Amino acid sequence: MPVFWLVLAVLALGVAGYVFGRMRALAAAGGDARKLHSRLNYYGVNVALFTTIPALLLIAVWMIAQPMLVNRATEGTIPDTFVAKGSSIDLVMSDVRRVAEGLDLAVARSALSAKEARALRADDSDIRGLLGEVGVALGSDVKPEILRAAQTYRELSKTAALWMTGLVILLALGGLGYSIARTRADFRARNVVEKAVMGLLIGAASLAILTTIGIVLSMLFETRNFFGLHSWSDFFLGSTWAPNFRGDSELSILPLLWGTIYISVIALLVAVPIGLFAAIYLSEYAGAKTRAFAKPMLEILAGIPTIVYGLFALLTVGPTLLAIFGDGGALGVSWMKGATSVLTAGVVMGIMLIPFVSSLSDDIINAVPQSMRDGSLGLGATHSETIRQVVLPAALPGIVGAVLLAASRAIGETMIVVMGAGAIAKFSLNPLESMTTITTRIVSQLTGDGDFSSPETLVAFALGLTLFVLTLGLNIFALYIVRKYREQYE
Amino acid sequence: MTDASLPTGPTPKGSIYTQSPRVKRRNAAEGRFKFYGMLAIATGLLMLAILLFTILSKGTGAFQQSFITLNVPLLEAKLDKTGERDLEKIKKVSTFGYAPIIQAGFETTLEQAGLQSDLKVKTQAAILSKSVAADLRNYVLTNPDMIGHTVEFKFLANSWIDGYLKGRVSRISVADNKAISAEQLDFADSLRDAGILRKSFNPAFILGSDASDQRPEAAGMGVSMAGSFFMMLVVLFLSLPIGVAASIYLEEFAPKNRWTDLIEVNISNLAAVPSIVFGILGLAVFINYMNLPQSAPLVGGLVLTLMTLPTIIISTRASLKSVPPSIRDAALGVGASKMQAVFHHVLPLATPGILTGTIIGLAQALGETAPLLLIGMIGFIASNAPGSVAEGLMSPNSAMPAQIYEWAKRADPAFYERAWGGIIILLVFLVSMNALVVILRRRFERRW
Repeated sequence: MPVFWLVLAVLALGVAGYVFGRMRALAAAGGDARKLHSRLNYYGVNVALFTTIPALLLIAVWMIAQPMLVNRATEGTIPDTFVAKGSSIDLVMSDVRRVAEGLDLAVARSALSAKEARALRADDSDIRGLLGEVGVALGSDVKPEILRAAQTYRELSKTAALWMTGLVILLALGGLGYSIARTRADFRARNVVEKAVMGLLIGAASLAILTTIGIVLSMLFETRNFFGLHSWSDFFLGSTWAPNFRGDSELSILPLLWGTIYISVIALLVAVPIGLFAAIYLSEYAGAKTRAFAKPMLEILAGIPTIVYGLFALLTVGPTLLAIFGDGGALGVSWMKGATSVLTAGVVMGIMLIPFVSSLSDDIINAVPQSMRDGSLGLGATHSETIRQVVLPAALPGIVGAVLLAASRAIGETMIVVMGAGAIAKFSLNPLESMTTITTRIVSQLTGDGDFSSPETLVAFALGLTLFVLTLGLNIFALYIVRKYREQYE
Repeated sequence: MTDASLPTGPTPKGSIYTQSPRVKRRNAAEGRFKFYGMLAIATGLLMLAILLFTILSKGTGAFQQSFITLNVPLLEAKLDKTGERDLEKIKKVSTFGYAPIIQAGFETTLEQAGLQSDLKVKTQAAILSKSVAADLRNYVLTNPDMIGHTVEFKFLANSWIDGYLKGRVSRISVADNKAISAEQLDFADSLRDAGILRKSFNPAFILGSDASDQRPEAAGMGVSMAGSFFMMLVVLFLSLPIGVAASIYLEEFAPKNRWTDLIEVNISNLAAVPSIVFGILGLAVFINYMNLPQSAPLVGGLVLTLMTLPTIIISTRASLKSVPPSIRDAALGVGASKMQAVFHHVLPLATPGILTGTIIGLAQALGETAPLLLIGMIGFIASNAPGSVAEGLMSPNSAMPAQIYEWAKRADPAFYERAWGGIIILLVFLVSMNALVVILRRRFERRW
């Protein structure tokens, strides 16, 4: 892992720079640190920062830019006529990369020498067999154009890595030299260091924006590829979800959306009444002791990982429901065929969401001013009448916000539905039938063996983007409602 | 004019001591309402109790395993024909060569215990796990001096026998089973009565590696625990510095402008983005674009870092905010720069809050599964413990929740017990992390 060592080397240079900087500053002041503008440490830190930061930044930028540039350069060597109809240059490039990786692996396992890997020709050797031996399975025989492109790709990557190492070390040394040369007794080291640290702080804060951009861009590109291969009208307006590998898959989001919404609604039907009443009781009736016990206990439910709920749905709730509604069950009906169903996933998800609804609503109910309760009680209303007719209406926007946030959690929840909801995409009203959701499909489309250029795999990105937009919309709407109506009492 | 005038309207009929029907109705409604509240809380607590009870009752079995203790004669004629104790030659005996040794072990042990069995020795030996020959071979290879002696060796029983002892497998349920017969269960009964077959604590479940789906009795959590450990290492080393730096900027320095608003909106939205979306990001950016290895804890750590950052930023900002401004003013007053005031005075005072927030973030990341599925941390058998830090970060591994999911997906119900057991281990980690948070808060939290 050369990059790892490169980073270590840069950091080592930084430490050395710190020591040199201090020494140099002390020497410049004639051994008396009081004659310096800043405290001694700042001179060391200054050199260390100038050595490491630009070099590390270069590594980061290089790591991001190199794949793109190498890809583009390699694409140039593939003749346009080679790209078959109905296929795209991206598909060809993914083959190229796989062959290149295989060659790398073969060299690493010394099944090939580096020179042999460069000189390989597709016509006179069995590349597929060779790569199969080192564990890279290829779908078809390697064509000469692909092999040549793969060799170019390796060549370019190697040169680029070499250049990066050289440039990074050079930059680190340059920073070291420059900052040491600047170190004099009247050099304002503290001001420079503080400016640099400020830059780092801003950079760290901007990472949140970068992440969002990363999320949106990564999904947007692949979604665009997907819509290049599959019609958008089928995705948004079709009625069937039936992926296959013959090339005429029907990939419509609507059945998945129906499953998602149905399960979420059941989850909310469980979570909202329980959570809301729990919040009302805790904030309006319960004594300090009950509250101190029950509130953290309920919140444990929120801290349990979703995999636990998934297992609970799969192995406990599902079989229990089956024993009641299934063939030969307690009710003597056979409404349920398998343990996975909308109800299984919905109920378990509801349990998970109880603390989510209850603690948010609790905060909101507590924020309603006491004077409103006093007024109502003073007029002779009972406690419950006060809650129903005064407190709840005042807290309603906040509660709606809490429910919307819970809904967004339910829509994006993955493990419970993957393990509890089943895999059949259909429109059905029967909650005892197994149904599938957006998140379940994302997992199964991306964990299969399909390659990254088929619409069956790429559809996961379109689903992901839809999910992202959906939850983001719900969140923003919820926050908007909470913010807009909260101000009345502040 | 203090004369009380007589009421002119109709006088109320009842007195305050007898309730009118209307008041009765209202009070009943009051009681009902309060009852609903208690019912809701009770339901929530009941769910929690059911959940915990299920986990404990189904999972504790995984920590015990059935072992069969046999006196195995390590026959020199089979294992080391030349008698030179040359390791290279001993290694030539494959695991198949150890099958007769184990069968001989059954014969010796039964004879010593005075037991009779109508079963063929081969059928008797079939109640052992499929991994025992390899275990015995490893033992011989590390202790070649024991060849020619008779050693007492604890063998894993296979999952059916284990299930029989734990009550999961019964004679009825094995009726159509080709892997185990009722006669073998009878044989197991006689072994149990003789004290040869016994359940005991199984450290290999906690420390060992995963096993293929033929051998549920040998599967353990150890390697995936190492995978989780390396992921947490990455999360800690990235999200703590970045999160703290971002919070310091936003809380102490950021001017009120559009850019700052944009960052704030982004952070609060990222906190609510479904975790699977982060998995898609990791797959698209780290694996497909930057060509980092699939299934590597490094990639898992990067994805979980992005996911936990908002949590850490939010809690760090809260603890920075709770440091009173007088501290900053005092530092500035004696001539510190703004940066010095923050780094030398505010940050140390906010440390307990930052630490607790970080631990909560780590606990959240430790239990997260969905993004790990997408970056390929499932679907293979995590059998080799990583040898070095670099290998731990880069070579494919599983993680605790992914391992549990993997077990839950396998067809053999013997794996379900292990999945529940894995959950107990995972929850032990989470509970201790949260206990640490509580202790830190009690110990260091300061009210200004």
